Amino acid sequence: MTLKAGEKARIAKQFIEAIPFSKALGMNLDDIGDGFAVISMPWSEDLVGDPQSGVIHGGAVSALMDTCGGAAVMSHPDAPAGTATIDLRIDYMRPATPGQRIIARAECYNVTRSVGFVRASAFDEDEDRPVATAAGAFTVERPKEAKA
Amino acid sequence: MNRPRPEPVQVVKERRDRALELLVKGVPYARFMGIEFDRRGDELTAIMHYDEKLIGNPFLPALHGGAIASFLEMTAIIGLSWQTLWDDIETGRTAAEDLSPETMPRLPKTIDFTVDYLRAGLPRDAYARARVNRSGRRYASVHVEAWQDNRDKLFAQATGHFLMPSRNGNGARVG
Repeated sequence: MTLKAGEKARIAKQFIEAIPFSKALGMNLDDIGDGFAVISMPWSEDLVGDPQSGVIHGGAVSALMDTCGGAAVMSHPDAPAGTATIDLRIDYMRPATPGQRIIARAECYNVTRSVGFVRASAFDEDEDRPVATAAGAFTVERPKEAKA
Repeated sequence: MNRPRPEPVQVVKERRDRALELLVKGVPYARFMGIEFDRRGDELTAIMHYDEKLIGNPFLPALHGGAIASFLEMTAIIGLSWQTLWDDIETGRTAAEDLSPETMPRLPKTIDFTVDYLRAGLPRDAYARARVNRSGRRYASVHVEAWQDNRDKLFAQATGHFLMPSRNGNGARVG
């Protein structure tokens, strides 16, 4: 079964916006295409990890990167629409500025029969200095009959 | 007989529990995620209470990878901070009565964090423990293990590096 790119993007958007945890964090799918995705998340009091500075918790940034990475895999032309994270590494460059929206961009730069490899980065309103970068591996879930 | 009389157990417990509560209650994201810490002596076990909002795959259903990563990173940061706080209180460097949300030590900052997803997170409570493998003046390395029903069947593990808060006052970085 092969889907047209537009059709696949539509399914991915529907799928991502129905994820309870992504909804709870207020994530919005800004863009999705062949192997890439852009997802943003607003600053919220609930996500604060350091009460003295108001900076959001690294875990919330991880959640954004993870969702964005999964979306990039699902939108890849060679991957069917189903994935789970195998591993994800996040490097934190600087604290995200309190009150500002965080935007993550992820690219699925390689897909094998079973694995999608992803790179991602996150920015706030300062688009020159990343807040964090990430690298991860995701499963590629194929229907049984597609096995070669 | 010049050994001082040990303090009543209730006094000791209350002091330690109060310090832990101040540490955890100060983090809004812990409350949002439904994460609490259970203490036995100095050992902490983190608990993430199941909630529908933690789901990432509604069809299985399974916990969201980001919820799992958040749980493990929270366990690492609180575990690391608790180790320092415990030492400060037990040695008397910090008087537990003087602790308040304003005077709590700054939390360590995550440098990097790698999560290994071993199996799907089931829609039920999850538990985690952090082990501080190295804690220097500026850097620390922490490993976290998380499980659900069975302690021997981990569903996720993680390793992270952290920048320790400055020990001399206001959290300003030491050059």
